Amino acid sequence: MAAAGPSVFLLMVNGQVESAQFPEYDDLYCKYCFVYGQDWAPTAGLEEGISQITCKSQDVRRALVWNFPIDITFKSTNPYGWPQIVLSVYGPDVFGNDVIRGYGVAHVPLSPGSTSVCENICFRHKRTIPMFVPESTSKLQKFTSWFMGRRPEYTDPKVVAQGEGREVTRVRSQGFVTLLFNVVTKDMRKLGYDTGPPDTHGILGPSPPQGLPG
Amino acid sequence: MNPQEEKVKIITEEFIENDEDADVGRQKTSRVQRRKRKKQLPTAGPDEMVSEKSHLGDQQEPGHEDPNADARPLSMPTRRGPRSLPPIPSASRTGFAEFSMRERMREKLQAARSKAESALLQEIPTPRPRRLRSPSEKELETEFGTEPGGKIQTTQQEDDSQSYSRVKFRDSVRKIKSKTPVPPGFPSAEEAYNFFTFNFDPEPEESEEKPKAKNRDGANQEEGEGEEEEAPVPEGIDKTDEEVLLDDKDAVDFLLGLDRGAEDIVAVRPADYESVHIRLQKEKELLFIPSRRTVPTYKKLPENVQPRFLEDEGLYIGARLEVPRTNQNIMENRLLMQEPGRRWFGDDGRILALPNPIKPFPSRPLVLTQEQDIKAELETLYKKLQALRNAVQVSLNPAKTPKSLDTTRRAINEYKSEIRQTRKLRDIEQEKDRTLLKTIIKVWKEMKSLREFQRFTNTPLKLVLRKEKVDQKADEEAYEAEIQAEISELLEEHREEYEQRMDEYRSAHQQWKAWKKAQRTKKKKKKQGVEEHPDDEMEEPYPEEDPVKPVPPEPTNQAVIEQEVRERAAQSRRRPGEPMLVPELSLAGSVTPNDQCPRVEVLRREDVKRRSVYLKVLFNDKEVSRTNSRPLGADFRVHFGQIFNLQIVNWPESLTLQVYETVGHSGTTLLAEVFLPIPETTVVTGRAPLEEVEFSSNQHVTLDHEGVGSGVPFSFEADGSNQLTLMTSGKVSNSVSWAIGENGIPLIPPLSQQNIGFRSALKRADAISSIGTSGLTDMKKLAKWAAESKLDPNDPNNAPLMQLILVATSGESYVPDFFRLEQLQQEFNFVSDEELNRSKRFRLLRLRSQEVPEFRNYKQIPVYDREIMEKVFQDYEKRLRDRNVIETKDHIDTHRAIVAKYLQQVRESVINRFLIAKHHFLLADLIVEEEVPNISILGLRLFKLAEQKRPLRPRRKGRKKVTVQNLSDGDIKLLVNIIRAYDIPVRKPITSKFQQPPRSSRTFSEKQAASPTTHSPTHSADYPLSQVLVRPFVEVSFQRTICHTTTADGPNPSWNEELELPFRAPNGDYSTTSLQSVKDDVFINIFDEVLYDVLEDDRERASGIHTRIERHWLGCVKIPFSTIYFQAKIDGTFKIDTPPVLLGYSKERSVVAERGFDPVRSLSEGSYITLFITMEPQLVPGESVREKFDSQEDEKLLQATEKFQAECALKFPNRQCLTTVIDISGKTVFITRYLKPLNPPQELLNAYPNNPQATAELVARYVSLIPFLPDTVSFAGICDLWSTSDQFLDLLAGDEEEHAVLLCNYFLSLGKKAWLMMGNAIPEGPTAYVLTREQSHYLIWNPCSGHFYGQFDTFCPLKSVGCLIGPDNIWFNIQRHDSPLRINFDITKPKLWKSFFSRSLPYPGLSSVQPEELIYQRTDKAAAAELQDRIEKILKEKIMDWRPRHLTRWNRYCTSTLRHFLPLLERSQGEDVEDDHRAELLKQLGDYRFSGFPLHMPYSELKPLIEAVYSTGVHNIDVPNVEFALAVYIHPYPKNVLSVWIYVASLIRNR
Repeated sequence: MAAAGPSVFLLMVNGQVESAQFPEYDDLYCKYCFVYGQDWAPTAGLEEGISQITCKSQDVRRALVWNFPIDITFKSTNPYGWPQIVLSVYGPDVFGNDVIRGYGVAHVPLSPGSTSVCENICFRHKRTIPMFVPESTSKLQKFTSWFMGRRPEYTDPKVVAQGEGREVTRVRSQGFVTLLFNVVTKDMRKLGYDTGPPDTHGILGPSPPQGLPG
Repeated sequence: MNPQEEKVKIITEEFIENDEDADVGRQKTSRVQRRKRKKQLPTAGPDEMVSEKSHLGDQQEPGHEDPNADARPLSMPTRRGPRSLPPIPSASRTGFAEFSMRERMREKLQAARSKAESALLQEIPTPRPRRLRSPSEKELETEFGTEPGGKIQTTQQEDDSQSYSRVKFRDSVRKIKSKTPVPPGFPSAEEAYNFFTFNFDPEPEESEEKPKAKNRDGANQEEGEGEEEEAPVPEGIDKTDEEVLLDDKDAVDFLLGLDRGAEDIVAVRPADYESVHIRLQKEKELLFIPSRRTVPTYKKLPENVQPRFLEDEGLYIGARLEVPRTNQNIMENRLLMQEPGRRWFGDDGRILALPNPIKPFPSRPLVLTQEQDIKAELETLYKKLQALRNAVQVSLNPAKTPKSLDTTRRAINEYKSEIRQTRKLRDIEQEKDRTLLKTIIKVWKEMKSLREFQRFTNTPLKLVLRKEKVDQKADEEAYEAEIQAEISELLEEHREEYEQRMDEYRSAHQQWKAWKKAQRTKKKKKKQGVEEHPDDEMEEPYPEEDPVKPVPPEPTNQAVIEQEVRERAAQSRRRPGEPMLVPELSLAGSVTPNDQCPRVEVLRREDVKRRSVYLKVLFNDKEVSRTNSRPLGADFRVHFGQIFNLQIVNWPESLTLQVYETVGHSGTTLLAEVFLPIPETTVVTGRAPLEEVEFSSNQHVTLDHEGVGSGVPFSFEADGSNQLTLMTSGKVSNSVSWAIGENGIPLIPPLSQQNIGFRSALKRADAISSIGTSGLTDMKKLAKWAAESKLDPNDPNNAPLMQLILVATSGESYVPDFFRLEQLQQEFNFVSDEELNRSKRFRLLRLRSQEVPEFRNYKQIPVYDREIMEKVFQDYEKRLRDRNVIETKDHIDTHRAIVAKYLQQVRESVINRFLIAKHHFLLADLIVEEEVPNISILGLRLFKLAEQKRPLRPRRKGRKKVTVQNLSDGDIKLLVNIIRAYDIPVRKPITSKFQQPPRSSRTFSEKQAASPTTHSPTHSADYPLSQVLVRPFVEVSFQRTICHTTTADGPNPSWNEELELPFRAPNGDYSTTSLQSVKDDVFINIFDEVLYDVLEDDRERASGIHTRIERHWLGCVKIPFSTIYFQAKIDGTFKIDTPPVLLGYSKERSVVAERGFDPVRSLSEGSYITLFITMEPQLVPGESVREKFDSQEDEKLLQATEKFQAECALKFPNRQCLTTVIDISGKTVFITRYLKPLNPPQELLNAYPNNPQATAELVARYVSLIPFLPDTVSFAGICDLWSTSDQFLDLLAGDEEEHAVLLCNYFLSLGKKAWLMMGNAIPEGPTAYVLTREQSHYLIWNPCSGHFYGQFDTFCPLKSVGCLIGPDNIWFNIQRHDSPLRINFDITKPKLWKSFFSRSLPYPGLSSVQPEELIYQRTDKAAAAELQDRIEKILKEKIMDWRPRHLTRWNRYCTSTLRHFLPLLERSQGEDVEDDHRAELLKQLGDYRFSGFPLHMPYSELKPLIEAVYSTGVHNIDVPNVEFALAVYIHPYPKNVLSVWIYVASLIRNR
């Protein structure tokens, strides 16, 4: 097997759920999970995570900082179903019930690269995800859901990573979450997948793909 | 403004101060002084003035009616300068008029004063007292002349208006304060006069202070003449000034300076006169009168530009509108004077203009169209006749005709004949015209009489017969002339004819004469030689007899002809002097309003209102669009006014409009189809005329009101004669045309498409083809013709034709013969199709994305083809191959194989449907949202708010249900709690010879009564009390995983153990659908653990124990996984399915039983086990598909069912209420349609002819022998599908409903009172049972097992009853309890049972979906025997396979014994043969220790049989010298229902 070249490629993602902007809310925590296609499998790391509750910063930015690390490695045979990270942010409402404050999703960056910390250099994999929540179907329901602390939620947060069936929902957007990604891939090029700019440190020229990777 | 104002003040002052001083002359003289004083009392005047202003308004009217009103016109010109005016007119006239006026005014003032206070602030609109009517023409002219000056003035006034407005404001404040400045009863003449003069004041004040901002008070009339007014306003001032007072300078001073207060002198001067010339000159300066002379071209064009005539250059210019030259010139001159004048002129120096928009054909008022057509035709005919006549006249005059005589004559002849024809045609047309007119009048009269009769009209149609008076004399003359002309023509014609005939006659006469002569000579000759030529004589006379003497034609009689002509004229033509009647149809008639109509008519109108019509547009028989639904108008017109753009990709073949009618809210009906022709290529948008296409439908409509239906005969006459039948018909007015693309090219399909139909259509209506250019197929010819005929290529009218020619001749627009849907597909293919098909990886990927079941959950498809094993596809390919091949390996019996295949296909199609439905999401699928709570829940919630968030002693909450999304193998466990069992059979000591009293077959009743007691004495005698009766343990096997409990003691053991079995979903697919379709069963087997002492040698007994454990199967409980999945948990006591014969065991007859404490129990003797089964984690069961299935049921019935169900669900949400079900084709069917008496097989009826109960049992048994296959398994996730009984028997598989329906139908046919009973049972969950009513009690039948229970049987598996269903009604249980033990089954009591059909909704007599009769084929016995052998063989092989490490010996003797015994069992239905059997066996196999039992099953497939044999564990015996016996017996029942008996036994030889 080793002689025949790799049969899977690997995708290592680490980074963090850095911070969020929710002007109206405070004391939020966030959950993340990954959604990926059938040809993907996590090999190491955590697929799901739940962060601490954070309060707003007292400065002008009013940022909610989690700095919650993500670290996961996938293996796959097929770029179809590239992993997506699904975020859902929760926080207490007026009555102290935990309610949803936003859902969001982003694809793991396709190209390898790391985040530069320096302010002046552009962040390659810094993502700011707009968040949204489903809306109540009627005014009355809106009131009762507010009153009872049972806001409409997705049956599964992973719904936001799929396009099917979304047409039946209505959402309202609120807030942003900033994510940082560092991505390392292995053997992608060997299998014939070229992502991002040519890596000067990588293999010199793509090796001819054996077989027919699709 | 201010100057005027000031003047007013002055005047008022005057009057106030010198109250008595009415003398006008004095006024004048003293004015100067007073004016000086004005400053001392600056506000007094306005005060006064304003306060009285309103009186003024009131009294205006009377003033006008004054007889002295003639004075008014005189004062008119002074209207704008009132301040200076008063003195003058009064001075010039005598004081009398003035005086009398004053008197009147005083009186009026008195009266009005009281009113004044209230009306003070209102500005009452009054008609202007003065109009500008009086000024003479001349004055008008001067007005214009002075206008500029006036304008200056106005602007100045405007400047001042601001300062004035301040004053005004003050005034208005004061207005309020000084309401009554003049004490009542003080109406002096001065005051009156004052008042009178003020008449003029307020108005200019009002009108000028806010000239534009708002309407002048009451100035509406003046507003209309704004133009007139604006000029006079300033001009009036001027004029009066000029006329009355001052010289120019003073006037200016006066005007400008008054407000400055510099000069207070007012001088009276004579009227100023301006000469006409000066005025004209002034006018000339100001006015521009465009000259009427032609403007030279160079003026109209930019410098140094030559006029350019586009027409000469070959460009198309449309016909210009006809405008008189002078008007054009005036316009041009005017335009030239304007600033950007030249841009109005085109390159040719003419005013730019669009082509004449007027179409050349006449339009006419709405008149009956047909008549008009004939009229037009008549006219043309007339004209033609006239022209021809003229031509004849002209050509007859030889002097005028330069042509040769010959041609002339020919022409004349032609003309004449044409005249004749034309006349004939004219006459015909005339007659037609007359009759038409007559019918029109007749119809109108009928209509009128009908309207009168009905006393209302409902259409605005109105026929007006316009009489055109004709000059009697002229008409007569014309008539006469016409007749004369005709007569003369006829005469001429006749003469010609006569002459011709004369000629003929002459020639004939000549001939005749010649012949005569010849005859004579011949005769002479004959006389000479009669003898010589006898033959000749005979022959000759015949041919020569022909020429008869011609009769000379009669000369034409003029009188006759004249009479003829006159007669004809009288018949067909209008009599001279008779007025010409021109019928005109209009829609101007009034329709009787609704409130005046009789009720029936109102009804009719309402009905009409309810109707609406819409059209569907069908293109090539496909609906492409439809119009809005529009209500039918009162005049039966519907206006759509919609344009549909149709982009077509197929060749246009047909275009159809379908007219649909909607009545109220009910369904639509197709009225008619209207076929439209495909438009010609020349018909382009904007040029297509509206066409009317008639349609009619043969639909019969009867209406319950006055309106005439269609297809119904009726009569207008009162006596009902003259019947008419009207059909629904109408006209669709439409226009079809080709669109024009962006660049003006009509979007017409190219002609290169050789479509004959299209071309012929083109030929039919194209103008060119009628011209004579033969067809349009030859484009070159057409082009040539176009070139020759000098067709203007630029005329837009010809554009399509030119386009066509261009396209056709240039050949540029090549259109391929094929059409490619996705043109770029090729480019997007990243590998070629062959490669795509060859690659295993791609194939796998594709299959997965197609959701093929085998691959739906395939994970990690390898990167390389070489890593994909060929066997991955094997199953799939095999399945594909097998789809059509019926294999008989698994299915020994071919019929069942076919059925299985069919079921498989139904299942696949249903699953596909379900998969599609799965992709339709509802909000609830994606979003969890709390429902709006009702009050009680809300209250609870409120209560909860007060609760502690985290209580110390939390309450038990329901397990969280897990959605089956991210589950994998090993996540799901099946938990089985075995609690206890009752009445386990106990071992019997092996008594060597047991004598059983021989018994004949017993009757049912005897069996019931006797069975508990018969054995007891003998048995109990046998048992040594100390011996352990039985040591049972329970083994649970699921998916071949086996767990067992510890061993307990005694017939009523208690284990209380929890067993945990892992669950694996097929293909690792944990989706809901997949879980639902798991067919595995949970087997709960009860065994007896038997220890055998195998110690060979008794001597060793002291030192060791050598025993062997044997396990004897006692019975089993089988629970399908699907039940557990849907029920989430199963909790209850189940009857253990024990074999009918359990050798070596017997039921313990407890002492209790003998006391006979429960006769109830006697019915259901058996063993029971208490279980609790659930899954961990709890899975959310899949929902049934929410698709609404279509139905053929009546809409009302469906609504009623919904209502019924909703009501029931509200009251008892947990009780099952079923009204409609889905049949096998996916349609909703009302449930009672399934119930109908159906004949059971005759064979079963014949078995016990005298015992209805036994027959019933047999029938139940027969039904239970039909294999059970739950719908949820076959149709995963889809609600129950109900098949009819014949379908059920054909399929030989079904679940509880089908069994129950069939059993119920049989019972109905047996004459029992039977109902389908929907309820909950253990372990099935929601299920269907059958309830029958015996003489005194009710029996509950389990259709799947064939068992029956009394109503009060505690072990009845049915735990609750939801509803009962009979063949004609549904009864819902509304009693407090639903357990069959506690409810009353008397459905006649409406308090206990809510019935579906009641008095309010009577049973409509629904037809049954069941067949008339069931037809049973006798099962082939030979086939059954063969099957029996094969099964036996296979089972034997299987047992040997299961014992790989041991030798399996078959005891043939025992087997044959068993085989003989099995039919016996079948005959007795597995009951009470035990003792006989045992005795017999013992007799025959006395040397063996025997353990075995018969298994009884319905036959469906082989697999369940094997599974059942395996589960007994007979093969597990590993005693070395064990022998086996296996016998299979199949008893065939009609319709291929097979009852399978398998007797498995192990034998160990006793030493």
